[in-house]
Amino acid sequence: MSTFVLAAPIAGKSKEAEIKRINKELANIRSKFKGDKALDGYSKKKYVCKLLFIFLLGHDIDFGHMEAVNLLSSNKYTEKQIGYLFISVLVNSNSELIRLINNAIKNDLASRNPTFMCLALHCIANVGSREMAEAFASEIPRILVAGDTMDSVKQSAALCLLRLYKTSPDLVPMGEWTSRVVHLLNDQHMGVVTAAVSLITCLCKKNPDDFKTCVSLAVSRLSRIVSSASTDLQDYTYYFVPAPWLSVKLLRLLQCYPPPEDAAVKGRLVECLETVLNKAQEPPKSKKVQHSNAKNAILFEAISLIIHYDSEPNLLVRACNQLGQFLQHRETNLRYLALESMCTLASSEFSHEAVKTHIETVINALKVRGVGVKCSLLIQNHKTKSSLLQHLDSASNASLSVAILAEKYAVDYSWYVDTILNLIRIAGDYVSEEVWYRVIQIVINRDDVQGYAAKTVFEALQAPACHENMVKVGGYILGEFGNLIAGDPRSSPLVQFNLLHSKFHLCSVATRALLLSTYIKFINLFPETKATIQEVLRSDSQIRNADVELQQRAVEYLKLSSIASTDVLATVLEEMPPFPERESSILAKLKKKKGPGAGSELDDGKKEPGAEINGGMEPSASTASTPSPSADLLGLRAAPPASLAAPTSAGNLLVDVFSDSPAAAPGLAPGTDENFLRTECLLMPPPYQPGESKAGLGPPVPWAGEMGWFVCKNNGVLFENQLLQIGVKSEFRQNLGRMYLFYGNKTSVQFQSFTPTRLPQLNIQTKAVDPLVEGGAQVQQVLNIECLSDFTLAPLINIKFRYGGTLQNITLKLPITLNKFFQATEMQSQDFFQRWKQLSLPQQESQKIFKANHPMDPEVTKAKLLGFGSALLDKVDPNPDNFVGAGIIQTKSLQVGCLLRLEPNAQAQMYRLTLRTSKEAVSRHLCELLSEQF
Amino acid sequence: SFTGLANQTFCTVLLYKNSPSLKTRESEDIQQQIIRETFHLVSKRDENVCNFLEGGLLIGGSDNKLIYRHYATLYFVFCVDSSESELGILDLIQVFVETLDKCFENVCELDLIFHVDKVHNILAEMVMGGMVLETNMNEIVTQIDAQNKLEKSETFIFQSPRQDR
Repeated sequence: MSTFVLAAPIAGKSKEAEIKRINKELANIRSKFKGDKALDGYSKKKYVCKLLFIFLLGHDIDFGHMEAVNLLSSNKYTEKQIGYLFISVLVNSNSELIRLINNAIKNDLASRNPTFMCLALHCIANVGSREMAEAFASEIPRILVAGDTMDSVKQSAALCLLRLYKTSPDLVPMGEWTSRVVHLLNDQHMGVVTAAVSLITCLCKKNPDDFKTCVSLAVSRLSRIVSSASTDLQDYTYYFVPAPWLSVKLLRLLQCYPPPEDAAVKGRLVECLETVLNKAQEPPKSKKVQHSNAKNAILFEAISLIIHYDSEPNLLVRACNQLGQFLQHRETNLRYLALESMCTLASSEFSHEAVKTHIETVINALKVRGVGVKCSLLIQNHKTKSSLLQHLDSASNASLSVAILAEKYAVDYSWYVDTILNLIRIAGDYVSEEVWYRVIQIVINRDDVQGYAAKTVFEALQAPACHENMVKVGGYILGEFGNLIAGDPRSSPLVQFNLLHSKFHLCSVATRALLLSTYIKFINLFPETKATIQEVLRSDSQIRNADVELQQRAVEYLKLSSIASTDVLATVLEEMPPFPERESSILAKLKKKKGPGAGSELDDGKKEPGAEINGGMEPSASTASTPSPSADLLGLRAAPPASLAAPTSAGNLLVDVFSDSPAAAPGLAPGTDENFLRTECLLMPPPYQPGESKAGLGPPVPWAGEMGWFVCKNNGVLFENQLLQIGVKSEFRQNLGRMYLFYGNKTSVQFQSFTPTRLPQLNIQTKAVDPLVEGGAQVQQVLNIECLSDFTLAPLINIKFRYGGTLQNITLKLPITLNKFFQATEMQSQDFFQRWKQLSLPQQESQKIFKANHPMDPEVTKAKLLGFGSALLDKVDPNPDNFVGAGIIQTKSLQVGCLLRLEPNAQAQMYRLTLRTSKEAVSRHLCELLSEQF
Repeated sequence: SFTGLANQTFCTVLLYKNSPSLKTRESEDIQQQIIRETFHLVSKRDENVCNFLEGGLLIGGSDNKLIYRHYATLYFVFCVDSSESELGILDLIQVFVETLDKCFENVCELDLIFHVDKVHNILAEMVMGGMVLETNMNEIVTQIDAQNKLEKSETFIFQSPRQDR
């Protein structure tokens, strides 16, 4: 063909060469078209074809339309065909040429030449504009049902009509032809039947009664196909499957109607469906994938029909089992389709039980089968899946993995935001906090999606009933970025506020607290809302709210908004800084779920309180670790309200622990340490240690890093949050110890069912504590400790109590380390070296060289070593700068002698620590504990 | 609905649109964008993952699906609405390829580039306005042969294309 002439020189050359060549060609064609000499049909066809080819290569074409239209009126097939092709591909439906084109089509339709008629029908279907529908919608049904129309034309006419009906249903008149169309189901020609079924399936949705007779015809047709031998249908047999496309279409059509009322028809249909299910169990007639594909296409439609009828329990169970098999199939496509069907199945009455038996399979199909599979399934199917899993009761896990995968495979972040918001909308109950925290984290960190996110949540909140998690996300995002959409009058500040506030009263305390914070942020973002918001804050339902948290926020925010200057307000309520990029919180959550054990509420608990000041806190850390019901996401609490004289007794309590402590602790370490220690604990919280949870030490425990402070000290604040403070005093002798824990209620509300329980490890005896802790009060618990043998893991204590309505759950490490049972031993230089030499086996020694983390003050070092429990031996080491110590670890079962040597190198700011004991594990553990102190 | 064909470098060789909606609502820029995005999506996928992609906004929302098949150096992508069976379309792609193979005798990528119009004709016999028209390969081949004959008889009357250049 002529295109070849053009294509040959173009293909394979560089882009510039191609463009140059094409521009030259375009100029040539243009001049030919404009030339005085009338072109003959062949040349016209050739140039139009070239233009088409150039267009398909991706270049703009702005001429040649008229020549193409001229080709339509040619009586040469090839010319006409190229003309139609050009028009189908290139002509806009609103082009002024449409009138000319319509004219040519009309002629061809009337030509009674089947080839020309088909070309015309194709063109109508491909353009399918309203103008075309207006011109031909009444003509085509006539062609379709005329007795003398050729099969191929009928086929095209059916689909052409369908196309027009899809674009402009109002223009296609129903009438006498409809009953005749139904009878096309009996047509000899399978192609005609296939096209007719497509048409009827679409038409009968609007006018079921007009086409009711199609059900029995479709059933008999289906029955003939299904029961036919694989060779009966000759050309319409595809890889040994008789007429798969037609079968699929017929089964689809039947899904538009309820089960047939006529018993005979129904019996025949059930028989068909059984045959289809039976065939699935037969050995395949071919190993080719096409064979099984075609077979399964029919099978899936049959299953859909069974689910649609929902009236044949036997078939339903079989269908369900078949789907169960597909869920484990190695072909991804089948698993995908099976999941989709399973989802509709799960909502049907009869099958609920049957589906339940496949829960495991479903979950496994989702989890086990390689990440690629999983993600493709989940991402495309997250809607399906979450609704499916609502029936399967384990959705929180699943929604989590959906969220993770969505993040992992996110094309762009706006897509991610969409997906997660969708997830919240569909399965809000199953979306754990980590998921929505993560959205916020992402939005805060990417300024390119902030506007989009604000707009999207604003739209999502328009829904009359939206999930509380959506309100949370909405409150948070609008509070931060509402200004980005405030320019649009439809989402002006007041509209935003009213929208959020309309949800306020339906929400839980935690969400309301968050919304209050949003409001104060609004005052900063939009000064014009100040009066309205202050009015809301001032109302009795806020300022006198029974919930102390809400009341406090309302009072403080109201005060803040009225006394603070704009500058102060702007600083206090500044936009949240980006979160530090680290592992997605949801990923962390999933990891933990896989890990053993409880304490999961506490995940990233060891997060610095200082970070709360302007909300540097990562969402995951906030509520998860803080047992406060008011997750302080907006990070407002810590700084300004406190300075506005919040009437809490928190501060005093802290001092109480130490000043009022019972005199019951004889022989405690010097009192001067206590203040120092306390301030240290509060001001220098331990660094976050991401490796914690992976180390196989069991669930991560908050304030674990604090343990360091207790290695060399016996007293201090073990734990503190907004509700509770726990102080410790302890003493140890030989292998015995006694520890006093002081639980202080920092709030003004009573804690109920307060139960600290020690997790079993050491032999520790505790006395039960009164289950009620009054607001502002403090209770004391005594622990008697006996060390049975050497150990490395600190014992845990778990504290549960009710505050307000919510259960708080805290797990802590008790500050009991092996060195607490260290008894100092004085000895002479000679003895020391003799024992040192005795402990010369490599496993008896543990050595560590490390950088100094604190100023290298010999006096402090001395105090630490003494606090550690060893005796300090003077004049043993020839180098006076070095420290040498000795002692015995006392346990019930054995005593372990320990020698240690610490060599500071002030120049390099390094230490070398050497421990020798008779037990390898003890050497190693003590060395680790002690090396972290300097 | 549309049919697309791309080689491994993911520049589209052929895009055949059956859907009027693509033309009326969207400019050619958007069409190009659809092509780019579709092939971006498809090309990233492993061999062993699902061949169905639920529609993004660009291809008309969730009612539409991308169904693709990978043959040697070529990707065949169909975009269809929910009235079509996924596996059915997958088979239809196979029929399309087998038909191409019959019409071109051991079809290769270059055949498809140099005979765009022919490929369109074959596709037009199978798909019309985005809907399945004919699935019987022999029937399609017969139609195409008849067209070729017509073409030859007409061309014969005129001069050969070589001279005309």
